[in-house]
Amino acid sequence: MHKHKLHAKEKIIELFFGFCGMLSLLVTLGIITIIFKETFLFFREVSFFEFMFTTRWTPLFSTKHFGVLPLITGTLLVAGIAMTIAMPAGIIIAIFMNEYAPAKVRRILKPALEILAGIPTIVYGYFALLSVTPFLQKIIPSLSGFNAISPGIVMGIMILPMVVSLSDDAFAAVPKEMKLGAYALGSSRFQVAFTILLPAAVSGIIAAFILAMSRAIGETMLVAIAAGMKPSFTLNPLVPIQTITSYIVQISLGDTPAGTLAYQSIFAVASVLFVITFICNAIAQKLRYSLKYQ
Amino acid sequence: MKTDKPTAVFLMLALFSFSFAVAMLLILLASIINDGFSRLTWQFLTQFPSRNPEMAGILSSWVGSFYLMILTGIIAVPLGVGAAIYFEKYAKKSRFNYLMEINIGTLAGVPSIIYGLLGLALFVRIMSLGRSLLAGALTLALLILPIIIIASREAIRNVPSFIQDGALALGATRLQVIRSIIMPLSFPGILTGVILALARAIVETAPLIAIGALTYIAFLPEGILSPFTTLPIQIFNWISRPQVLFHRNAAAAIMVLISITFFLSIVAVLLRDYFNQKNNT
Amino acid sequence: MNKIIFGLLAIIILITAGFFLLQKKDAPVAVKTTVKIDGSSTVFPITEAMAEEFQKEHDNVQVVVGISGTGGGFKRFCRGETHINDASRPIKETEVRLCAENNIQYIELPIAFDGLAVMVHPSNDWVDYLTVAELKKMWEPGAEDTVMYWNQIRPEWPKEKINLYGAGSDSGTYDYFTEAIVGKEGESRGDFVASEDDNVLVQGISSDPLSLGFFGFAYYHENREKLKLVPISKSGTKETAVLPNPETINNGSYSPLSRPIFIYASLQAVETPAVSQFIAFYLNPANAQKLVSEVGYVPFSTPFYELVGNRFEAKITGSVFGNNGGQAGATLEQLYSMEEK
Repeated sequence: MHKHKLHAKEKIIELFFGFCGMLSLLVTLGIITIIFKETFLFFREVSFFEFMFTTRWTPLFSTKHFGVLPLITGTLLVAGIAMTIAMPAGIIIAIFMNEYAPAKVRRILKPALEILAGIPTIVYGYFALLSVTPFLQKIIPSLSGFNAISPGIVMGIMILPMVVSLSDDAFAAVPKEMKLGAYALGSSRFQVAFTILLPAAVSGIIAAFILAMSRAIGETMLVAIAAGMKPSFTLNPLVPIQTITSYIVQISLGDTPAGTLAYQSIFAVASVLFVITFICNAIAQKLRYSLKYQ
Repeated sequence: MKTDKPTAVFLMLALFSFSFAVAMLLILLASIINDGFSRLTWQFLTQFPSRNPEMAGILSSWVGSFYLMILTGIIAVPLGVGAAIYFEKYAKKSRFNYLMEINIGTLAGVPSIIYGLLGLALFVRIMSLGRSLLAGALTLALLILPIIIIASREAIRNVPSFIQDGALALGATRLQVIRSIIMPLSFPGILTGVILALARAIVETAPLIAIGALTYIAFLPEGILSPFTTLPIQIFNWISRPQVLFHRNAAAAIMVLISITFFLSIVAVLLRDYFNQKNNT
Repeated sequence: MNKIIFGLLAIIILITAGFFLLQKKDAPVAVKTTVKIDGSSTVFPITEAMAEEFQKEHDNVQVVVGISGTGGGFKRFCRGETHINDASRPIKETEVRLCAENNIQYIELPIAFDGLAVMVHPSNDWVDYLTVAELKKMWEPGAEDTVMYWNQIRPEWPKEKINLYGAGSDSGTYDYFTEAIVGKEGESRGDFVASEDDNVLVQGISSDPLSLGFFGFAYYHENREKLKLVPISKSGTKETAVLPNPETINNGSYSPLSRPIFIYASLQAVETPAVSQFIAFYLNPANAQKLVSEVGYVPFSTPFYELVGNRFEAKITGSVFGNNGGQAGATLEQLYSMEEK
């Protein structure tokens, strides 16, 4: 009898573990269901063509336009500026740390990067709006108080540690024999770094790029504070823009009664965001997986 | 090794990149400390927000953050560790489980505001929890769940298999092995992962804005269905006000927030090192 | 060591539980009531001030104030989610219907005068005044993508971009501005920086040399070192251009951008003593005049606050404004006295 009770108790606990395991699947299904249900309702009112291909986003005004392109250009503009800073600098620092840096330098560098990574994004938002933008306005007098270049630069600094860390993983996965062989043949550190290490780590670097890009695209607070709330179909970094994420924040700060077109529009743009980041992350994950088991 | 021209250029670029990053970090910290230091008083920590910036404080914010963190932890840790145990000890190596692993990694990278929308639709609307502590905690729990799962799996994987095999050979059930061997030995790694996940949760703003938590709150939360505010939300609120005095408050609150996360990170590292030492003797 | 960790966790949880229990001890008999308020960010500073002072005197009441915008606030109010709605314009017909559908009856209570201020950056040295016609040209729907430069408004002005900032469409300020300037409520161009939060607009305008924007006078008052106020002329000449200040807003000469601002209370909510006490506090002439002026708006006279107070006591429901959200011709005193009869 005692054995049966124990058995039952064990079974319940094991069922609990199984349930927890399936929970992550439920979360993904939950996100997909809710986002796409509202998106489906949205597209019953708004044509897909207008959404994807027109360039005016005025969902809150009496003459409503639902072209999502301004939000996408806004998102890509800021992310693009960030990546232009973070990728080259990150890869260079990673190569430096791997091949050149003496232990003393590495001891300063690693903690510094970890601290950068640990700073909350809202703090970066404060920095962008209240320090970087005024500074840039001294150099560029016509710079608007809300713009794309200030959060872009700050976002670059924000994702730099991520690029360094992921590139570092990519380089570490390169078999030592390849490097040692090249050194044995008399190559300089520079040659080894750029002709052996970098090409061998290419898939890892691509993963780093994709993950950093995905992070930049999904960033919310930094752009909500410093980039402005004006959807503009432009690549000019000196004027206010709006990203997908800051649009969601804008609507959320107001009221979001279920069933209205405005409520559904946040899910429509969220679905664009979700699809892009989900695909990016899945690809990058597979790349890093193959890295591990090279 | 000669320092040839390309190497020299490369080293200069590396030095420049590195210096730029470190310089930005120092400027950021310096400007925050400069702006906020004067407002870091006992009164600031124990007062409610006010329309008068000099009298405003962060009491409702940090208490809200504290409650939210604990509630989130209570929800997320059992679920996350349970999932990790399932994946490491029960799940067979199948295509399905491989996809699940990819799924968790992908969820970890989903923008936090999307979790906020999920929370809005599911917890605030469908489950009618309103803009309460519980809704916020459930939303954040889902957000940090992948992080806890990944960290716990890593910790569980590092438990030496020979001990487990020995116990199994002596007749222990899987569950007994989990309870008496795996849990104690993976505890340090799991604890570290949990603390770092909670440090991540405490700075989250976007999902809480999405569920509608941004209002004027000048009282402490009563229970889990109470409205609430958190430190990052208060910071966001103060940054959005144009008066410089409110910006000073924001900077001071940022210092408090960074101190908390910094403290948590150090605790996590210290605990991990302590336990690793203990386990290795 | 594990035991120590578990002990620590247990202590943390006990402290937390202690916090909760301690609070219940503060109000042994009465459970804390929460007064839920949402709506206009224009009215918010007054309500926030009232809430703060009220909570100092009443320990057992919590007041929560949101800024979803007048329209957003009404949507919640008419679903019974809030007790009071801050509104920077009268209630609209669609909102009256929504309230009726949900059986929410409302009491309309004007609480102050506001002048919608039009602002530019302090370094802007070419705008000396603006006429209503010029504002209309800048803001009407047809201006989108067409009227982009300052010299399109007046040829002697510089050929620089106009960067527009204004209230978002959930905002009563937006409804009022479009009605008064464009001529039809809710109609405007879509390409400007829109926000329900007036603070964001102040930040935008004060940091953009080519900006022009509008919001409630109190937000100008709070930030006047950073902004330049523009006199407005209704008839179109420089001589008739008027700057908003408490006097011109009160006597109506700052036209057409002077307006009353309101709170709306639901009849059901007023049943709760805490809500009723809070509104009585709000409408008390001494409190109202002090805090309204402190915030930067224009208070009514004592007799008029008493009139509004009587309206509240008598629980007179409905709006005096014919439910079109806009302005009526009669003065406020006339409108509200008529209701008494």
